[in-house]
Amino acid sequence: MSTPEDLRYAKTHEWVRMEKDRATVGVTDHAQAELSDVVFVDLPKPGKKVNAGDVIATVESVKAASDIYAPVGGEVIETNSALSSDPGLINREPYAKGWMFRLKPAAPSTDHLLSASQYAATLKK
Amino acid sequence: MSQPVAESPLASCHQAAGARIIPFAGWNLPVQFSGLLQEHHATRQAAGLFDISHMGQIRAQGPGILACLETILANDPAKLTDGEGHYSFLPNERGGVIDDLFVYRLGAEDFFLVVNASRHREVLELLKKRESPQARFSGSPGSAVGMALQGPKAASTLAKILPTGSALPERNRIISTRLEGGEALVGRTGYTGEDGFEIFTDLKTGPKIWNRLLEVGQADGLLPCGLGSRDSLRLEAGLPLNGQDLSYEITPVEAGMGFFVDVNRPRAFPGRATLEKQKKDGPPRVTIGLITEPGQAPPRHGYPVFHGGKPIGEITSGLPSPTLGYGIALALVSAPAPALGQSVEFEVRGRRVPAKVSKRKFLKNR
Repeated sequence: MSTPEDLRYAKTHEWVRMEKDRATVGVTDHAQAELSDVVFVDLPKPGKKVNAGDVIATVESVKAASDIYAPVGGEVIETNSALSSDPGLINREPYAKGWMFRLKPAAPSTDHLLSASQYAATLKK
Repeated sequence: MSQPVAESPLASCHQAAGARIIPFAGWNLPVQFSGLLQEHHATRQAAGLFDISHMGQIRAQGPGILACLETILANDPAKLTDGEGHYSFLPNERGGVIDDLFVYRLGAEDFFLVVNASRHREVLELLKKRESPQARFSGSPGSAVGMALQGPKAASTLAKILPTGSALPERNRIISTRLEGGEALVGRTGYTGEDGFEIFTDLKTGPKIWNRLLEVGQADGLLPCGLGSRDSLRLEAGLPLNGQDLSYEITPVEAGMGFFVDVNRPRAFPGRATLEKQKKDGPPRVTIGLITEPGQAPPRHGYPVFHGGKPIGEITSGLPSPTLGYGIALALVSAPAPALGQSVEFEVRGRRVPAKVSKRKFLKNR
């Protein structure tokens, strides 16, 4: 399973790319494999404010609906509209075109999140 | 009631095939092999092979066995001829469903019942209470192998391993034959809406048949399939799942399966009065089919359903249909139910999603 070095990770299998004023979020390669074929994605509306750990989106496969948690708190500024017509992007490109939403972080800190190697270690348990 | 988790007798085959295993009704079983969607489409277009060793195989024998079964089953086993099977129910006193099952008559004093894994022990206990020298029951969990071969290529695949001179059974019939050196019962039925077979055999022969079928079916596109596609295939065909669409509190008539409840016979069976009344006057609740537009949030078990803004019931099974490309669901609603084609709504995460009332055999919407 791939876990890019430049990202931060939540134990609940979301990744975050922190840039200056925005945090881009998606699900990890491990998560997409566990979810299997994604057929529907429920994304938050821009303007929605969330705390770290809140349920912010839902990803559905044929079998089940799975909650996605906000890895950092903040305000939703953008969602990936390509997912509504092609939710399979989450399976095919979980770290690129399969990104889910962008937040304006309430705080710049990602100290509560895992590094790539720390996250990869949680998968081995 | 928690029981130790049992391994399927085909577990080593599944491990070799890279299956993802989950606990289900006291068993560790494959939820998927290559992927739910791939397995689903393989079964619709070619063939799928499913491990159903968790399902209870119960042999019911003795000179008084038919009379005994007639007093506990909702469909009349006296209608069956040798080698014939039908769908039936073990109702409780309220007309609710202890289990739905397939009943085969192998001979005048020899019946074969296939029950759900989740109800196997309960059904055995119930049967044991009726046991006598004239009516004997056997078949404990884990004592046999079952597999389902389903799809348009099922018959041609199975024909390849049948002994020369043997013929495949007709629909809803069962034969006893030899496969891969062991005895097997082969019934022509299934849980996918496709032509297909259920094969029942011993622990030693089971893995051999499983591997051989995968081998001879490979060129035609046969895939091993897990519980995930088993569920999506059965729902597309409008077939109920006990514990969701049927339950101790949901009668077969309410589930739309009244055809398989035979009240035109002399012997009493549990719940008969209720079921007879529901068949005659209509049940208080009705199971309807729902379909969504493509791109809508999929309907799921437990979601409330609304008609004209008022709550009318809830979804008992629902998912995004791989064949149709939109959401499908069975919903149990109060009678009178909205008619075919009428608009309803279901609630997903606090939001109302529009849907239409459909036939329960969703594949017929193709």
